[in-house]
Amino acid sequence: MKTEINNMRDVFIENIFNLMHKDRNIFFLCADFGSPKLDNLRKKFSDRFINVGIAEQNLINVSTGLALEGFTVYAYAIAPFLTMRAYEQIRINLSLHSQLKEININLIGVGAGLSYDVSGPTHHCLEDITIMRVLPNIMVFSPSDWVLSGKFVEYSIKVKRPKYIRLDGKPLPRIYSETDKIRIEDGFSQIRKGKKICLVSTGYMTHKAIKAAGAFDREKIGVIDVFLLKPLNERFFAKVLRKYECVITLEEGFINKGGIDSLVSSVIDNYSLNTRLKRMGFNDAYVFDIGNREHLHALNKLDEQSIIENIKKNI
Amino acid sequence: MKSKKIYDFLDRKALWVRRETLKIHKTAPETRLASSLSAVEIFTVLYYGKIVRFNSRDIKWEKRDRFIISKGHGAISFYPVLADLGYFPKEELGGVCKAGSILGGIPDAIIPGFETINGSLGHGLGVACGISLALKRKKRNEKVFVLLGDGELYEGSVWEAVMFAGEHNLDNLIVIIDNNKICMLDYCRNILDLEPLGEKFKVFKWEVERVNGHQMDKLHTSLKRLKAKNNGKPKLLIADTVKGKGVRRLETDPLCHIKNLSPEEVDTIISELE
Repeated sequence: MKTEINNMRDVFIENIFNLMHKDRNIFFLCADFGSPKLDNLRKKFSDRFINVGIAEQNLINVSTGLALEGFTVYAYAIAPFLTMRAYEQIRINLSLHSQLKEININLIGVGAGLSYDVSGPTHHCLEDITIMRVLPNIMVFSPSDWVLSGKFVEYSIKVKRPKYIRLDGKPLPRIYSETDKIRIEDGFSQIRKGKKICLVSTGYMTHKAIKAAGAFDREKIGVIDVFLLKPLNERFFAKVLRKYECVITLEEGFINKGGIDSLVSSVIDNYSLNTRLKRMGFNDAYVFDIGNREHLHALNKLDEQSIIENIKKNI
Repeated sequence: MKSKKIYDFLDRKALWVRRETLKIHKTAPETRLASSLSAVEIFTVLYYGKIVRFNSRDIKWEKRDRFIISKGHGAISFYPVLADLGYFPKEELGGVCKAGSILGGIPDAIIPGFETINGSLGHGLGVACGISLALKRKKRNEKVFVLLGDGELYEGSVWEAVMFAGEHNLDNLIVIIDNNKICMLDYCRNILDLEPLGEKFKVFKWEVERVNGHQMDKLHTSLKRLKAKNNGKPKLLIADTVKGKGVRRLETDPLCHIKNLSPEEVDTIISELE
């Protein structure tokens, strides 16, 4: 039995490791970035594990070559460097290429949002959802716990398309149970049903949404965890959103720029919903302040108390 | 065929490819002529000189050698070669850049015979490294050929791949640099001098040869030798070429990358080439 608190990347890698025993078609590449669970993998499968060095551009390009020859590839690196240093490689070789040829490349970016809190703005990742969502042909997966991240491994083998998998860098408690019937294709899960207000979030912020909603009566505040940001089952999503008067999006990312808030806003527009939208996240500035994640959240009014106050204001 | 006959045959083919390339430019002046002309002999020797193994009727043939053209903009001269070898009908050559054609100003993988996406520089070598590695892991004998431009070497991603190939002993990888020595705005030596080019690759554990890129016997002999060698080293052939080769006005102009020829001028040059 796995412990309640766990690291998404460790569970993800462990599941890949287990599959690599019978699936000879899997390659695992990294840009000099590890995990305790990766040590077994690189020892056991030294012929299918490659550390390309601190070279994210080449990580993507070599992965592409392997995938063009039919291998399933996992490319593992720190999220902001993976997505932003190698953005054009991703655009050319994953996004453009996969419109013409089947390639199964899974980008695993670790360090979503402010996971690497004290490492400063170079390591913060507040842009990835926006920039990855804009690229055609790439799926974007953003789990909120290790149960979901572990579950996604099987899906990633089966669905032969490029994917960006954004994982938190810190161990987090479980939200889901292994027996929960979660359909990855739905893209989201209504964790808590409410009546007037619904909190919509992804990844780490879903944990905060659950806490904030817990401060109110059980039936009042809903919580939706969006995990497959692209492609999202918008019709189903709209059906659930329609029941709420107001949606508050919570994100460890810049607001008004294509993140979760924009995703919800598009659904509201496309399905002519009457639901109001309030956005909580980071404004148009980087975070140079030093402190842990919660401290940085408080400075940017993304702490639990600020969320509760915003709910009260809109109720 | 005796060697002399082979080279005569290759020279005649190259002349034909150069003429056809000029004809394409006449109907599609958007195409990059000068950088396509420098690579004419390279494309010719690879495909008519039995260096690259291919099957134009089965573009996914498992036993084909992979050819990655990283300097995509300068590959218009590869269109006639592909058409002549049956990858697509020759009539297509008259429709380059026209609505509904498969042949654009910069070739992409939608064209039979092109393996990857082209147009943005610095991607081909890294992708080719992945293909080379995949073939090695599958214990296959096919080779991976890559055509790079010299100006492309300014992209840092190229050097990430150069380091990778040497370290991973990718001896099934054969790179040809079309060393025409001119970028878009100037001679490379006036921007950032790339020399000594061969030595740069040698220190990264590559095997390097250097030839005149318009001389068929030299190109053919070197490529055959490099292809046959399984010595744990990736191979580089620096082909010293002239940008705009065959068109005097382009050959002497550092801005030839962006120069177009008028239809009348093309006709005159074609007749002179004959």
